[in-house]
Amino acid sequence: MRNFYAILRRELYAYFSSPIAYAVMTIFLVLSGYFFYSAFAYFSMLSMQAMRMRWAGGINVTDMVLNPTFSNMSVIMLLMMPLLTMRLFSEEKKEGTLELLLSYPIRETELLMGKFVACLVVFFAMLALTWLYPVLIWLYAKPDFGPIFTGYLGLFLMGAAFIALGLLVSSLTENQIVSAAVTFGAILMFWLIGWSEAFAGPSLGKVLSHLSLLGHFEKFAKGLIDTRDVIYYVDFSILFLFMTMRSLESKRWRG
Amino acid sequence: MIEVDHLSKYFGPVPAVLDVSFRVEKGEIVGFLGPNGAGKTTTIRMLNGFFPPTSGSARIHGLDVFDRSLEVRKRLGYLPENVPLYKEMRTDAYLNFVADVKGVPRRRRQAEVDRVTERCGLEQVRKQFAGRLSKGFQQRVGIAQAILNDPDILILDEPTIGLDPKQIIEIRELVKSFAGHKTVILSSHILPEVSMTCQRVVIINEGRIVAEDTPEGLAGKDASKVALQVKGPQADVLARLQVLPGVARASVDGEPTGRTCRYVVEMEQDKDVRDAIAESIVGGGWSLLEMRTIRPTLEDVFIRLVTEETP
Repeated sequence: MRNFYAILRRELYAYFSSPIAYAVMTIFLVLSGYFFYSAFAYFSMLSMQAMRMRWAGGINVTDMVLNPTFSNMSVIMLLMMPLLTMRLFSEEKKEGTLELLLSYPIRETELLMGKFVACLVVFFAMLALTWLYPVLIWLYAKPDFGPIFTGYLGLFLMGAAFIALGLLVSSLTENQIVSAAVTFGAILMFWLIGWSEAFAGPSLGKVLSHLSLLGHFEKFAKGLIDTRDVIYYVDFSILFLFMTMRSLESKRWRG
Repeated sequence: MIEVDHLSKYFGPVPAVLDVSFRVEKGEIVGFLGPNGAGKTTTIRMLNGFFPPTSGSARIHGLDVFDRSLEVRKRLGYLPENVPLYKEMRTDAYLNFVADVKGVPRRRRQAEVDRVTERCGLEQVRKQFAGRLSKGFQQRVGIAQAILNDPDILILDEPTIGLDPKQIIEIRELVKSFAGHKTVILSSHILPEVSMTCQRVVIINEGRIVAEDTPEGLAGKDASKVALQVKGPQADVLARLQVLPGVARASVDGEPTGRTCRYVVEMEQDKDVRDAIAESIVGGGWSLLEMRTIRPTLEDVFIRLVTEETP
């Protein structure tokens, strides 16, 4: 446990002493802020019109502003998360620091979880800063906080799944660009795999839509916590963490 | 104590280390000598459990380095060849991190970091980033992290590579000071380096051990040579040197400058006739300006060992 904290602290230090965390967070906030602003501006225009025309049915701030903002944030995450995970093992492999790190009395689990949680903390901080948007709405309107909480829970679980996948890829290569590119490709593949449902036949189609990273987020955005979705993201993370573990251990048995 | 027992490592079909066996007793400093690519780093990486051997085994304090890796690593300090440091960390923060993962209790941590900082002369660079340090300081930070938490086994892979002569001497003194209370394996490809710090030398070439001896023993096996500078007629001096008992061969080395000329005298095996040489030159009425034993370099010892191996 001590080693876990030591690795966690060092990884956080590495994120915040280099420009990576700042750059990724800034771009994430700028883009999500822009999307939030356009959704909010469009919504206020619609509400003005609705007021003038005495037609009030069918528009509410959660559905029209926060829901699209969550969807947009998940797309920006798709682009940004590989940049957060790419260095985790690749950099240490390239610099040779992994060899020295593994000569210390430290377990692979502690190393892996230290890195995973460090990346999760950076991601959480990034997500936490976007709480500004619901708070801004709350100043002028009455948003429903239920779907906001579930939306954030969904984003967080999805982000954890991205990080687990990124960790695996990072443990397989010592090149950070390759690590980011492969992670991005793999996430996109899992993201879009549900689209094949339409032509894949009834049984396979169902499997494919269940595998989709995006499909499991929709209910969260609507304010619904479905255990199937929670379990999907948690399983996805555990599976990839487990594979990363195997990949780290493989040096111990690979002749 | 380190026991290496018929250790072999193949990378695909290529053998990197073949049937290597040696022992290092407690408190001993052993030099691991060989040209680049001889299998030194591969052997060292197997010792610290970085990868497993293809066959054979190694034990540290009686614990198999592979099966009991975690316990072995608790008692081991390691300095890899190119000193990988976290460039974005300050020396102090880095050493604190290493102390943490090495399991130094929190209340002793600062004292322990202070101890190795002082031991390795790092006081002036405590607040500097590891990536900005000179090669010599990086090497010292590398040694400092290896001796953190006072492990009784130290494995240093080429600790003086790329340093200037003053730094080399400092590192050498540091390593020598471990003698008696730490078991040290020091790899190098420079013989004088090893002969100055180590009590015993293991020479490895193409993955095999070709010799294991004390530095004196290794050097002594070669016919010793003496270099002379004598003021006197060249032909007479040479004739006198050649007939001396115990001299295998004498030759002129380079062009004479005036009446002064350089000679190289090869002595017979296990004979030291330096006093006879001096007496005969002075007795001949000439002046002996210089006499110096030529120490065999790694190349000499090495070429002899390799040619011995292939009959």
